[in-house]
Amino acid sequence: MLSIKNLHATVEGEEILRGINLEIGPGEVHAIMGPNGSGKSTLGHVLTGREGYEVTAGEVTFMGQDLLALAPEERALAGLLLAFQYPVEIPGVSNMEFLKTAVDGIRKYRKLEALDSVSFMKLAREVCKRVDLDQNFLKRGVNEGFSGGEKKRNELMQMMLLEPHLAILDETDSGLDIDALQVVAAGINSMRDGKRSFVMITHYQRLLNFIEPDHVHVLGGGRIVRSGDKSLALELEDKGYGWLESEAV
Amino acid sequence: MSNFIDEALQRLPTETPDWLSEQRRRGRSSWKSSTMPTRKTEDWKYTRLRVLEEGAYLGRAERQDSSSPALTALRDQVKIPELDARMLVFVNGFYSPELSSPTAMDAMEVVHFSEADETQVETIRAHLGTAADRDKYMFTALSDSWLDDGVFVHVTQNSKVTTPLHIVWLTVPQREAFSLSQRLLVVMDAGSEATVVEHFASDGAQQNCFTNGVTELVLGANARLCHYRLHLEEEHALHIGGVHARLDRDARLNSFHLGLGSTLKRLDVVVRHEGNGAHCDLNGIYLPRHSQHIDYHTCIEHARPHCTTNEVFRGVISDNARAVFNGRIHIHPDAQKTVAQLSNKNLLTSNRAEVDTKPELEIYADDVKCTHGATVAQLDDYALYYLCSRGIAREHAQVMLSTGFINELINNLQHSTLGEYLKPVLSDMFVQQVTQRERAE
Ligand SMILES: Nc1ncnc2c1ncn2[C@@H]1O[C@H](COP(=O)(O)OP(=O)(O)O)[C@@H](O)[C@H]1O
Ligand SMILES: [Mg+2]
Repeated sequence: MLSIKNLHATVEGEEILRGINLEIGPGEVHAIMGPNGSGKSTLGHVLTGREGYEVTAGEVTFMGQDLLALAPEERALAGLLLAFQYPVEIPGVSNMEFLKTAVDGIRKYRKLEALDSVSFMKLAREVCKRVDLDQNFLKRGVNEGFSGGEKKRNELMQMMLLEPHLAILDETDSGLDIDALQVVAAGINSMRDGKRSFVMITHYQRLLNFIEPDHVHVLGGGRIVRSGDKSLALELEDKGYGWLESEAV
Repeated sequence: MSNFIDEALQRLPTETPDWLSEQRRRGRSSWKSSTMPTRKTEDWKYTRLRVLEEGAYLGRAERQDSSSPALTALRDQVKIPELDARMLVFVNGFYSPELSSPTAMDAMEVVHFSEADETQVETIRAHLGTAADRDKYMFTALSDSWLDDGVFVHVTQNSKVTTPLHIVWLTVPQREAFSLSQRLLVVMDAGSEATVVEHFASDGAQQNCFTNGVTELVLGANARLCHYRLHLEEEHALHIGGVHARLDRDARLNSFHLGLGSTLKRLDVVVRHEGNGAHCDLNGIYLPRHSQHIDYHTCIEHARPHCTTNEVFRGVISDNARAVFNGRIHIHPDAQKTVAQLSNKNLLTSNRAEVDTKPELEIYADDVKCTHGATVAQLDDYALYYLCSRGIAREHAQVMLSTGFINELINNLQHSTLGEYLKPVLSDMFVQQVTQRERAE
């Protein structure tokens, strides 16, 4: 599904990613952990093509395509979705209009019939319920005045509506209380169908109690310094990141 | 280059009621003593009137064939069916009964100055020129000097008129460039309520009209007026206009302004709080593009205590267009307990676009609450990226952000039907703009 080879990237002239190698197969769940500032979010932004995040070396193939050659919107249409760590507030653009525009685009790309407003409304309401978000949030400006947790649920809602092949969830669990965390985890689990893949960027092993990863990677200094199975996450929980730091040089 | 001051003086009005001659004479003398503004004229610092002199707008407006299919089609385009309004249509300044649908409303009198009866003439004479100051606003002087007719709207005491009055001023090009004088006087007696929509539009052809428009709104005690002034004329139109309002005790004026670009548009919006407890909501949107120029000068005079003003203007400026916004709030010594807010936000969607914004607060009373703020921003790259990351094409994302910037004001219109009419018009404009830009690249 996704193959990253020796990926180097700079932000504002500073090298943040220094040779990432990662293979993600269909249906797999990967967790990427690592201390603050280790480059987790940067990886997500580089993969989705954010301006100013410059790839200086390496290759990324997504479902047989050269991902790095595509514009951000083309990457999304190809089936890649990043749930942002810090979703953007866009006052004046209603959440409903935003979601409908995005869904219209992706359905068109997938050669599916367009949804009329009534069917879309119905679908959006269902998805709202699935992430435990009040329907009023559809009428409000995109993320406008949403709490941290509400923004995360809105990201999840977009994932459910856009049905990507690969979802990168950047700290979708942070700032949530245990109830909300369970809602989010159930939402993610409901999207697992054996084909869709997930990359869960997280700080804590907490989320992984609810969503079992196939692989766990630790990012340090812009490289993957350790990979393992879910027991690696438990080990990290126990010992912190300190013991890996010597390996990160 | 010609001398516009002299040229304008040579245009004598035709067949005009005698009782207007005094006002016209004063207008002429005031206009005669004025000089064309230069860069040093504070109120016209960023807006040059060269186009007015170069364009030689010497011709007179001519009556057009209102029954032409083109004009009927244009009328249908500007009609707002859901507004359910009484619609008066003027073409190049001439009233067109064929295009209008004036269902009579007892509580609202609408007549031409030239057709006013004795009582109406008396009311007109009592109010015309009391809100618009010809010595301060030179184009009001011009309007006075050209005064041959006008539209008079009168809402009698305590009448609540629910059907909006929709006045449409259409322009189509004439063989030679011409000038047009548009004059409206709205008198709201005490306790009355009404809605007046002033709507300026043109056909798609290159316009060669200079419109000088002066509207006066006189609100009696407790009167409520919901007023819209929509400028949707095409590219080459030239408009200098003023909306001048006087508010008596506890009167409420809600005035919304929309300006799409033109070669030149300059609007002076002046509101005087003359009675205790008057309130004004003044909102506006300006959207110049290509090489257009739009200038909104607003001035709120707080002359009495306990009055409130809430003013919000937003602009999206594209391509190499230029916008000017000047928001003055003047609080006189008497105006204690004033609450006034002014906000002006601008979005530049190109790095050649320009805006000059200046809030001006002059406060001579000590017990008042006033806030003002002006911002200028570019399209937010992070927001664009967020939208694109959901598969939305960059051009479309730009349109969404531009419309989003003004949607709040459109969504809050008192008449939501008007908002529904405007939304597609505006978003089409942004789409057109993006496609033109793409083509150019
Ligand atoms: N937009 C940016 N501008 C400048 N530096 C950035 C930007 N984004 C990230 N960085 C830098 O890149 C490094 C990695 O950041 P990030 O990827 O956000 O880490 P993580 O998500 O692992 O906490 C940090 O040192 C951060 O300061
Ligand atoms: Mg991060």
